[in-house]
Amino acid sequence: MKDEIIICRCEDITWGEIRQALEKGYTTLDEIKRITRAGMGRCQGTTCRRIILREIAKFCHKKIEEVAVPTFRPPTKPVKLGTLAGDDGD
Amino acid sequence: MVIKRASVVIIGGGITGCSIAYNLAKMGCKNIVLFEKNSLASGATGRCAAGIRQQFGTEMNCILARESIKIFENLSQELDYDIELNQGGYLILAYTEKEVNQFKKNVALEQSLGIDARFITVEEAKEIVPPLNAEGVLAATFCPTDGHANPFNTNFAYAEAAQRLGVKIYNFTEVKEIKTENNRIVSVSTDRGEVFTPIVINAAGGYSGEIGKMAGVEIPVYSQRHQILITEPVDPLFRPMLMSFSGNFYCQQTPHGSIIMGFGDPNELKGYDIGSSWQFAREMAQKMTAVVPLLKEVSMVRQWSGLYNMSPDSQPIMGEHPQVNGFYLAVGYSGHGFMLAPVVSQLMAELILKGQTSIPIDKLDIGRFERGELIIEPSVV
Repeated sequence: MKDEIIICRCEDITWGEIRQALEKGYTTLDEIKRITRAGMGRCQGTTCRRIILREIAKFCHKKIEEVAVPTFRPPTKPVKLGTLAGDDGD
Repeated sequence: MVIKRASVVIIGGGITGCSIAYNLAKMGCKNIVLFEKNSLASGATGRCAAGIRQQFGTEMNCILARESIKIFENLSQELDYDIELNQGGYLILAYTEKEVNQFKKNVALEQSLGIDARFITVEEAKEIVPPLNAEGVLAATFCPTDGHANPFNTNFAYAEAAQRLGVKIYNFTEVKEIKTENNRIVSVSTDRGEVFTPIVINAAGGYSGEIGKMAGVEIPVYSQRHQILITEPVDPLFRPMLMSFSGNFYCQQTPHGSIIMGFGDPNELKGYDIGSSWQFAREMAQKMTAVVPLLKEVSMVRQWSGLYNMSPDSQPIMGEHPQVNGFYLAVGYSGHGFMLAPVVSQLMAELILKGQTSIPIDKLDIGRFERGELIIEPSVV
């Protein structure tokens, strides 16, 4: 994979940035997310999570199911603060 | 475990543990080992709002915060890692007469200590934050050199710099037991083996009480969830951290463009829960859209929570434990661990290596609770 390929489309994070984090020894998705911002954008990793997990597995010579998945954080889709504020809880 | 013997073992890979490791190594200490049960910045540091302020109501806190900012200002260079420091100031809003009086006193104290805070009118506050709805605001204080840094970057910056100086960091390594003999630290056992050491530093944040129990002492701290949320990145709306004690909120736009906000729930239970609730998201949205109505159009993309490690007076507990030689505490930061870390880590290193500190922190010892000498800081959330 070429370094300039965009892996996280929301935050414009390239494969090169993720590769560098892996080579520094950051081999969990949580660490890579915290270092690069990959998966922290509007879609919250819906697109890039699986790609990064696959690359971590390859890099660490593990099966993809052996790679720890980060916590899924609410909300599932972005919600306007105005909408949230207007919800009276009924 | 590769290492069998260490001169210092640090427990906790957050900003506190990593910055102490770095400062010890920088002062020439060799053979330092740090254990982190998860990954670096996985606890409170990586979950915090990363605000840095000097506007406090006690002399000691003002001095510590002032010195911390000075270190933050050069930290990217010192550690060779961009910590994304953004000095957009803190704008603290007063909604009650009591706050107005307290803020006048705070500002007088801060100015006497060389901190560039000032007491300002509602009109001036509106000039600093144009989208502010000033309804109910009586006055404000503003300190332009306060701000925000990226907590992940700062944590990793300290860790990597420490490693370059020889510190050994073991991630995913959980401390299980601390052995003492004749009131002295002997060793630390982890799920990857035992290390003999004369010194242990408890920098375990939300879990520091548990680490204390392992060393056979009760530390009067408890953990409490604090929730937070963040929006999508938008164009710059305002630069400072907006904060209110009586309104119970803080809110800041990061250099990245996303807006981070939180408040403390007075009914939050003590414990280790780090889940998220929709009630928090709703109340947070209600609070902040009232203060900055423009935010109604901005979407929240994520919410999470982390643990404050609270002490009885909401002030840190620092220093060697009087009953266990070699057991040092850097705990109970009560929500201020990130902003204080650059200075307190340096002071902890001085205390351990030289037996004295360049800024007095003896008032922060654990013995103050028994002596009844609690520190009364009026300006905490």
